[in-house]
Amino acid sequence: MTEPLVQARQLTKHYVLRGGLFSRRQVIRALHWVDLTVYPGETFGVVGESGCGKTTLGRCLLRLVEPTFGEVLFRGEDLLRLDRETLRQRRRYFQMVFQNPYLSLDPRMNVLHLVGEPLVTHTDLRGQALADRVVMLLERVGLSADHLYRYPHEFSGGQLQRIAIARALALNPLFVVLDEPTSALDVSVQAQILNLLKELQAELGLTYLFISHDLSVVQHVSDRIAVMYLGRVVEVSTTERIFYDARHPYTQALVSSTPIPDPQARRARVILQGSVPSPLNPPPGCSFHPRCAQALPLCATEEPRWVDVGDGHLVACHRVSG
Amino acid sequence: MKEPLISVRDLRVHFRTYAGVVHALNGVSFDLYPGEILGLVGETGCGKSVTGLALLGLVPPPGEVVGGEIRYRGQNLLSLPPAQWQALRGGKIAMIFQDPAAALNPVFTVGEQMELVIRRHRRMGRDAARRQAAEVLRSVGMPEPERILETYPHELSGGMQQRVMIAMALSCGAEVLVADEPTTALDVTIQAQILDLLVDLKRTRGLSILLITHNLGVVAETCDRVAVLYAGFIVEMGPTGAIFQAVKHPYTQGLLAAIPRPSRRGNPLQAIPGTVPDGLQPPPGCLFHPRCPFAWDRCRQERPALLEVADGHQVACHLYGGEAAR
Ligand SMILES: Nc1ncnc2c1ncn2[C@@H]1O[C@H](COP(=O)(O)OP(=O)(O)OP(=O)(O)O)[C@@H](O)[C@H]1O
Ligand SMILES: Nc1ncnc2c1ncn2[C@@H]1O[C@H](COP(=O)(O)OP(=O)(O)O)[C@@H](O)[C@H]1O
Ligand code: SF4
Ligand code: SF4
Ligand SMILES: [Mg+2]
Ligand SMILES: [Mg+2]
Repeated sequence: MTEPLVQARQLTKHYVLRGGLFSRRQVIRALHWVDLTVYPGETFGVVGESGCGKTTLGRCLLRLVEPTFGEVLFRGEDLLRLDRETLRQRRRYFQMVFQNPYLSLDPRMNVLHLVGEPLVTHTDLRGQALADRVVMLLERVGLSADHLYRYPHEFSGGQLQRIAIARALALNPLFVVLDEPTSALDVSVQAQILNLLKELQAELGLTYLFISHDLSVVQHVSDRIAVMYLGRVVEVSTTERIFYDARHPYTQALVSSTPIPDPQARRARVILQGSVPSPLNPPPGCSFHPRCAQALPLCATEEPRWVDVGDGHLVACHRVSG
Repeated sequence: MKEPLISVRDLRVHFRTYAGVVHALNGVSFDLYPGEILGLVGETGCGKSVTGLALLGLVPPPGEVVGGEIRYRGQNLLSLPPAQWQALRGGKIAMIFQDPAAALNPVFTVGEQMELVIRRHRRMGRDAARRQAAEVLRSVGMPEPERILETYPHELSGGMQQRVMIAMALSCGAEVLVADEPTTALDVTIQAQILDLLVDLKRTRGLSILLITHNLGVVAETCDRVAVLYAGFIVEMGPTGAIFQAVKHPYTQGLLAAIPRPSRRGNPLQAIPGTVPDGLQPPPGCLFHPRCPFAWDRCRQERPALLEVADGHQVACHLYGGEAAR
């Protein structure tokens, strides 16, 4: 078995909202007790509905926000225990690409500056050598030296996402968190970016954590998938199994709610009732129980434990036994 | 064949901006029949929203309808006195949007807003309007309608707000609903609920829906027919089955090939090279020619017309002109 590249153990992030004059102090359970393991070279997909904690998970893994509790092991070393300087040195190995390139790229910087910045921070490259390296990176993502002195507003969404990817790759990272990297793009441009990400992964041996709310995209790119609901991971398995042999009732509903672009693909749909509850007051027990058609009395009081149903297919549900 | 409820012919919309004239719609023509869902699909900026807004006379300045016709039951809305169009809008023809929160007034309760719109269109007392509001809310699957009437919009989830918007449209007797990306901002499990509701309203009430979306999965699961917009022009239109199984136009082919599908896992997706032309300088000839793998001289000079190539299936492409067209 290969050694894991990244491991989260009991990773937890609670945001505390300060109580006002008339309100109590409230806790948002953005991420709660998440365990997962990412192996080198794989694309690990993370899916779930808005607010379920996907972005928080990505940020905690890279320690872009400070987790409340838990461990993040990067090649066995706990990132959360590193001092500032060691963390700064490690940062070059993991990068993040964000959903909205219009917001994530500083509009006042030109492309040389945007892509070159991490190189300036972490290396001695300067002047022509820096520009040469940036051009190499641009060419790698399908842009060219012509773009070096242009500013973000001169680019389309797809081109901006290419620039964001070039920036993320500048320091030869090992692990890249892609947070909804194509959600703001049209399908034809999304196809270009997904292809590019795959090529780069093969060329550079990258490991991806691919976050998306779009199941068809995650299915296309991922080797394994974690399904999140209200700050928790409820099921982890291979892409194949998540789509064709899901065990968790929420995963089943999510898969069957995703529209299929084929009018002949009629199938039994599980339409979930109710709306996603707030992470401010997550339901006790299994947090999915108010919407679950298969809930048992036990589900309202007791949190389900992880069960391995075989080959590392993990499910947290009282209905599922090992 | 039934008479269309809405008939759009050669609709042209321009926006006069400081950078020049944006050609948002370049001659859009389609019919919407009673009790059908017509999907209007295309990529960002292709003119979906402008088409929807035009049907309600709501194209925002500096936009302006510069040509064409929009007929409702045979009557050209564009030549109607503003007061009469106003009466139809929000009455027989209603529109819902991607962001229902922005369309609802935050300082009034759902009940107050629904009463208001109901009484604007029908003469009745407040109590009667309230009873009707509750009834319509129940009919769109809202649990505890009486309680919902007392709430403010921000207390409702996005999916429930969208139900309220649909209920408002129905309470005024809408026959035509223009739904502009009604589920794009919603989670997939909630999207499934709203799409189910729309299909149900079509079946039970004969509602006609123009469903604007960029999601081909949504189209496949809900629409009877589809119109594909490219750069403000309908390039292909037909029954949903035909569009997915017997696609004709190179642009539609490209779109369908670009979506990830289980059968394509592990293979590169097919991307459409280049980008959508900006509305300032639409290319001459076929609007798609700079990106089309089949383009030849004729495509660069002559704009293809939308011609019928099979039953109810129309395509605007020279590949299907001449002998091929019946
Ligand atoms: N207020 C405006 N001023 C100038 N141009 C406009 C305005 N509104 C729309 N346009 C232009 O009209 C064209 C069509 O826009 P429209 O909003 O209908 O696109 P859309 O298909 O709905 O796109 P999306 O998928 O992004 O919603 C675009 O070229 C757009 O830039
Ligand atoms: N800085 C923050 N302060 C307070 N709450 C936050 C903050 N960031 C995220 N949250 C909350 O944490 C939950 C998970 O958020 P997020 O990880 O962004 O979800 P996702 O990416 O799955 O949509 C949400 O309820 C969100 O509102
Ligand atoms: S634990 Fe109970 S409520 Fe939760 S998913 Fe399983 S059956 Fe449903
Ligand atoms: S008319 Fe010509 S350029 Fe346009 S889609 Fe057809 S073949 Fe391509
Ligand atoms: Mg997010
Ligand atoms: Mg729009």
